[in-house]
Amino acid sequence: MERIYLDSNATTVVDPLVKQAMDPFFCQMYGNPNSLHRFGTETHPAMSIALDRMYSAVGAADEDDIIINGCATEGNNTVIKGAFLDAMAQGKPCHIITTQIEHPSILHTCQYLEKEQGVEVTYLPVNAEGLVTLESLKEHLVRGKTTLVSVMWANNETGLINPVKELAEYTKSQGVLFHTDAVQAFGKLPVNLQEVPADYVTFSAHKFHGPIGVGALYIRAAAPSTPLLHGGEQMGRKRAGTVNVPFMVGMGLAMELAAQHIEYYNTEVRRLRDKLEDAILKLSDTMIIGDRKNRTPNTILASFKGIEGEAFLWDLNKNGVAASTGSACSSEELEADATFQAMDMDNNLSHTGVRFSLSRFTTEEEIDKAIEVINRTVERLRSISSTYSS
Amino acid sequence: MAKNDLLGGSLWDNYSAKVADRMDNPIYQGEITQQEADAMGARLIVADWGAESCGDAVRLYWAVDKETDVIKKATFKSFGCGTAIASSDMMVELCLGKTVDEAIQITNLDVEQALRDTPDVPAVPPQKMHCSVMAYDVIKQAAAIFKGVEKGILDDDEMVCECARVTLKTIQEVIRINDLTTVEEITDYTKAGAFCKSCIKPGGHEQKKYYLVDILKETRAQMEMEKAQIKEEPFSARSPFQKMRLIENFFEAEIRPLLHKDGGDVEILDIRDGEEETTVVAISYKGACMGCGSALTGTLSFIENGLKEKVDPSIRVSVQ
Repeated sequence: MERIYLDSNATTVVDPLVKQAMDPFFCQMYGNPNSLHRFGTETHPAMSIALDRMYSAVGAADEDDIIINGCATEGNNTVIKGAFLDAMAQGKPCHIITTQIEHPSILHTCQYLEKEQGVEVTYLPVNAEGLVTLESLKEHLVRGKTTLVSVMWANNETGLINPVKELAEYTKSQGVLFHTDAVQAFGKLPVNLQEVPADYVTFSAHKFHGPIGVGALYIRAAAPSTPLLHGGEQMGRKRAGTVNVPFMVGMGLAMELAAQHIEYYNTEVRRLRDKLEDAILKLSDTMIIGDRKNRTPNTILASFKGIEGEAFLWDLNKNGVAASTGSACSSEELEADATFQAMDMDNNLSHTGVRFSLSRFTTEEEIDKAIEVINRTVERLRSISSTYSS
Repeated sequence: MAKNDLLGGSLWDNYSAKVADRMDNPIYQGEITQQEADAMGARLIVADWGAESCGDAVRLYWAVDKETDVIKKATFKSFGCGTAIASSDMMVELCLGKTVDEAIQITNLDVEQALRDTPDVPAVPPQKMHCSVMAYDVIKQAAAIFKGVEKGILDDDEMVCECARVTLKTIQEVIRINDLTTVEEITDYTKAGAFCKSCIKPGGHEQKKYYLVDILKETRAQMEMEKAQIKEEPFSARSPFQKMRLIENFFEAEIRPLLHKDGGDVEILDIRDGEEETTVVAISYKGACMGCGSALTGTLSFIENGLKEKVDPSIRVSVQ
């Protein structure tokens, strides 16, 4: 059976060009870049090109750092725990402002610091449109007290894009550090760090057709940085551990390609996304979360009345379509999707959400087939549903 | 944690073939109309359980023979995941041909057993057991409607873990007999809390009347109190620390569980020697107890009398 992958916010297919670029660094140029001999040094040009590509893709200045690491979870942990450790070292209290809709690598890290280390954490809500607002940040940011503000650029479930430029500008004007998790934003919309004055930005290669297992943390010049991993001189002593050469090379190219495809996302991926979205909305009693103008061009979070999300995925999967739900009913917690909750929507909706996320490899034929499958799924599961009557 | 826990299982790979098949092709999905029931000389019962906002909702239709109470036809509708649909389908099958009283005896464990491909491999992964509990609850709801009573009458009030069907009494006994000190041990001994985990502590998938953490704490406190009494040492001869322990255990076992039910609590502020060889326990009320009319009358004398009887007659209580 032909398979259709519409779960690109979870991970993406590796671009064959990226795989090709990585290949020589497994069996030929496998040296440790820290070694003095040629095996080591011959890896340097490719690593240097990878860095150039990354700096250029996000508009980083040469005096800034882009630290290669293992994943975005590591990047987010480094920033949040680093802010705490730095405050501790200076004997200052630590106050972190984040939001209710962050990825678990921010949320759970903050909750850990709050519960176990006594850090004060403020979780900003979102407005009715699902966005974090400057007003609510102004309400909670305390000059001289707040240590760090961390707001995701785009949300993984809804694709909704937060106004990070104005949030970062305001935070900086108050002398407070600003971090943004750009994992879902980079590759889907322009990310230019000349324009957005964030101190820290997190990236993950596998969200833009790079390999799983490599990420990057941007650190603006002069922003404090406390390493999470100690033990080596790599990455300017900011992240110890032998640099994963093939993956760094792959990520560099993936970032360059992603930056080159921004316009394609904004036109062609958006067109296909809108086509799928319109087809879903044509069905009765469906809705899409968030204005499509405020969303990354590849994401749809849809609610199908009367159909439980996991059952929906089951039928899609059986017909070769991959999507995801933020609220599997097997969850040990009753709490439904954080974004639904934060948006204060009817709790009924929170178990009916299904996320479709496209990539630049998604084709029109795939979207057409997916629409057929979705229509059949809705018909079958609504005929079983006890909470839906047409 | 160990090797098998590192990767995390794929949920769907742990469904039995029967579960997958009934999800894809439920046999008893549908409704029964009044006309249909009438034509069969049967009484139509329609029962709902759960809600969309909880992630699971099921509706059960029974056509019950007016003479014999036998369920002649049964169907269901379901809002839920694959295992919820499959469990509902199997539950309906198990009801068919039984009298209503026989059907009440069907438990979620029967439904899960019937969905197994082989007798010793569970039909669903642990976190999906609560789906079969839904199927069990809706049978009782249907029976309650049939009998014209509240469902609560048919419920086992003392059921702590619905998934594994473990009662309060069993858990208390297991704690006492095996001297258990952790919730994990209770789960190992009884399977309570091994499935959807709602009964372990508040905040889980479902709200419960009892939680393992509370049962453990209360039972341990009772055990401590009993142990101390066995020693038969006069209260006045004990050290301040031991006095405190005895009094604290009494509050934990006898007083706080009652106050918690009404949203209140009590804190022990001090234990000191009073006049005429009395021991004064200074307390302060918390939560709903603060400002409650009975706090300085009925509740206070209940606490003081309890302390006099269970700990030592010399005790007086003063509220701060």
